[in-house]
Amino acid sequence: MLASILASGLAMGAVYALTAMAYNTMFAASRVMSFTTGQLGMLGGVFGSLLVLRFHMPVAVGLILAIAGCAAIGVLTERVAVRPVLAKLDQHLYVLSTLALAMAIQQLAAIFWGTEPRPFPRLLGTAVGGVFDERFWLPLMACVAVIGGLEYLYRGTLLGRAFLAVAEDSEAARALGLPERRLRVASYALAGGIGGIAGFFGGELMLAYFGNGSMLSFYGFIPVALGGLGNNRGAIIGGLALGLLQQAANFALGGVFASCAVFAVFIAALLAVPGGMFRGIAARRV
Amino acid sequence: MKIQAIPLTAASRGSVVPKAARPVLPFIAVLAAAIALPFVSDDYWTLIATRAAIYWILVSGLNLAVGFGGQLAIGFVAVLTLGAYVASVLAAGTITLAWPAFAALGAAGLAGAVAGGIIGLPALRLGSFYFAMTTLGFATIVTQVALAWTSVTGGGTGVAGPSLPAPFDTTLGLYGLCLALAALCTWMTANIAHSRFGRGLVAIRDADVAAEAVGVAKPRLLLSVFVLCGTLAGVAGGLFASLQSYITPDAFTFDLSVLFFIAILVGGRGSVLGPLLGIIVLTVLPELAAPLVAWSTFLYAILLLVIVLTIPGGLAELLDVVNRRPIPAGRVISPQMDLVPVMLPPRSAGDRLELRDVLLRFGAVRAIDGLDLQIRPGQVHGLIGPNGSGKTTTLNVISGYAAPEQGQITLGDTPLPFGRPHLRAGHGIARTFQRPRILGESSVLQNVALGGSINGRASFFETLLSLPRHHRDEARFRDDALLALRLVGLEALAAVRADRLQHSELRFVEIARALMQRPSILLLDEPAAGLTPGEIIKLGLLIKAVSRQGIGVLLVEHHADLIFDVCDHVTVLNLGRVLACGTPAEIRSHREVVSAYLGG
Repeated sequence: MLASILASGLAMGAVYALTAMAYNTMFAASRVMSFTTGQLGMLGGVFGSLLVLRFHMPVAVGLILAIAGCAAIGVLTERVAVRPVLAKLDQHLYVLSTLALAMAIQQLAAIFWGTEPRPFPRLLGTAVGGVFDERFWLPLMACVAVIGGLEYLYRGTLLGRAFLAVAEDSEAARALGLPERRLRVASYALAGGIGGIAGFFGGELMLAYFGNGSMLSFYGFIPVALGGLGNNRGAIIGGLALGLLQQAANFALGGVFASCAVFAVFIAALLAVPGGMFRGIAARRV
Repeated sequence: MKIQAIPLTAASRGSVVPKAARPVLPFIAVLAAAIALPFVSDDYWTLIATRAAIYWILVSGLNLAVGFGGQLAIGFVAVLTLGAYVASVLAAGTITLAWPAFAALGAAGLAGAVAGGIIGLPALRLGSFYFAMTTLGFATIVTQVALAWTSVTGGGTGVAGPSLPAPFDTTLGLYGLCLALAALCTWMTANIAHSRFGRGLVAIRDADVAAEAVGVAKPRLLLSVFVLCGTLAGVAGGLFASLQSYITPDAFTFDLSVLFFIAILVGGRGSVLGPLLGIIVLTVLPELAAPLVAWSTFLYAILLLVIVLTIPGGLAELLDVVNRRPIPAGRVISPQMDLVPVMLPPRSAGDRLELRDVLLRFGAVRAIDGLDLQIRPGQVHGLIGPNGSGKTTTLNVISGYAAPEQGQITLGDTPLPFGRPHLRAGHGIARTFQRPRILGESSVLQNVALGGSINGRASFFETLLSLPRHHRDEARFRDDALLALRLVGLEALAAVRADRLQHSELRFVEIARALMQRPSILLLDEPAAGLTPGEIIKLGLLIKAVSRQGIGVLLVEHHADLIFDVCDHVTVLNLGRVLACGTPAEIRSHREVVSAYLGG
């Protein structure tokens, strides 16, 4: 039992951590949290099922196209719901604009894909079952790969350093001559891709289901809130811890009360430490 | 409605006619149409109108939190669900003896009040996105519990709604009940909306820093509002269950929450009529366009996006023709000094404010480094120094926005707690801001009236029911605010939306708002920035006249002329330390000050 808690907990935790990193990537570029983040994960699953199962594409092609599709949704988010709001005085409007876009995406999925969960393809078709089944370790591997990729991007490439500069101080970055707006669009594409990976590799676990969007928006946000905005290390630790806690509570208390327990812990932790357990970003008010 | 008449000066008549404080005609028209409906149509439309009335019972309360307070409670369907199940389960008698239907409705309201308070709690500490997320979480959890707790809620099969006794057991009877309750809710929430509580909510939404400065107790206000929202939502849930006659968790989708939310934002934040029309339109629309039902949520989402990006003020802003009439150009601000003693009767020597050895660091930078400062009643104290010398930080320490690491702040013999900006107004400390913090969508008069918040006597409950003390409060706020506006010379603009004013006018609006507090200490943060030389002279006279009524004024300024004209005492800061202090004459001839700061 402990093994299966660990396996499913870490797997879901990896999906949450990936979603949280997508949140952070958008936040770093624009200081905006987007409700569409979870929808990216939902679309990763739906695109994967659509391309691989229905259109019979090879898994690799399906993966690339699904990521590209989610990256496009990331760019759409920036263009439609974020950029117009950043120009306004009342920047809290982003909560509403991204919520509206997220609802529109979810509703389109419900209309064209249906409201029932649909099967997601076996990506590798490995024969090992039980706790070593591919659906448990694939999300973890994807998470590790994304962490590695992001590390390389931020530390090893000029583009990544430019991302960091914008995240640190967007005005100063613009003053240095960095194309802040293009970097922001690129960040949103990157975030879209990460969200898509979360949904694609978590697909065998969560199936291709339109309701995954709001579920991921919520559970993916918990690690961000507890780990501190823009803090990827906090997001990973928080995501895995959340997955484990949720599965443990699932076994101990049963599904619904597990959700209640997780939610109660989340609210209590947030009220106790509104800025997150790890260092986040604060603003001066007066 | 005896407080409608605004005394007009000749200058304002004709150009900007202040509209009545609370136009009631549209509400009466809606009510009349609603009463007439059953007589001109069939049961089908009466049922739909009943549903709209039930939605409005919830939305009227939610409007205060979302529309006025700007708290993005997107998951409020959770309370509707809870209310529906509490009423149904109690009336069905699955866990206790069967309750009478109306007692069950009352219990639903009570449960809603508790749930509303719990849902609202995170709003006191968390930012907007966080709060929106937590309410979304609540909505998810409640539906899941309703599905899983089969023994009580019937799980997916559901439970029968409470059946109300005669005469409310017919379509028409239920409609009458819901309509009466909806009208009552409109009246009650409008009372709150047009009171100091409503202004406080708008201030929390548009200028939370200013809300604290005038002493709006945000936690208490928001909690009261959320408890009210919850009560109404709980009752609405019980009625909803009666109307449906059978409820399952499917009836309470998140789409419903979105519907409430969008009705408010489409109708217009800061309006009661707008959201009322919004909920009517959004309830009726899908009935008229049946093929679009599958697309309705998608269309609502797009509508929300368009509204947010193009007219954040909603339809109410679009329909606000009064505020699109041009206001006269070339306006001159002419404070009336003779009104200063009327507004601020001379007081016996008040307490002096004293800072002792105050230290505040930002990281390694000592923003204030062992500062001593005294502000005496009846005197103007100037605080000057180069940028970054700690002037505004000092002002923030006094008004509670910055908490020093050590030192003492005392007013008379009373030590002032560090931080806690919302408690300063209660100590008689008022302030203005370097960048004016105003409620852009409210009228100038409302902006000034906000300053009176701490002097209100009527409780939230008294205001809700429009009891006499509430009327006395509002009449006094109105008179005072008009007086303060006349004093600073802006009464002609009383009814104009504040965001249409010029920058210099906003500075005087802020001063009027501060004077509304009848403070004993007044802190002015660069009030002359952006003013014309003529306006600066008037400002100087005004500051001096105010201080002569026994008020201690702290003036942070860059305009040396103004400082030397009006100050009785000047402190020069440099790198968080006092470089010099003394009378203006002494400072003007102080060698270091002249070389470091004044030049020449």
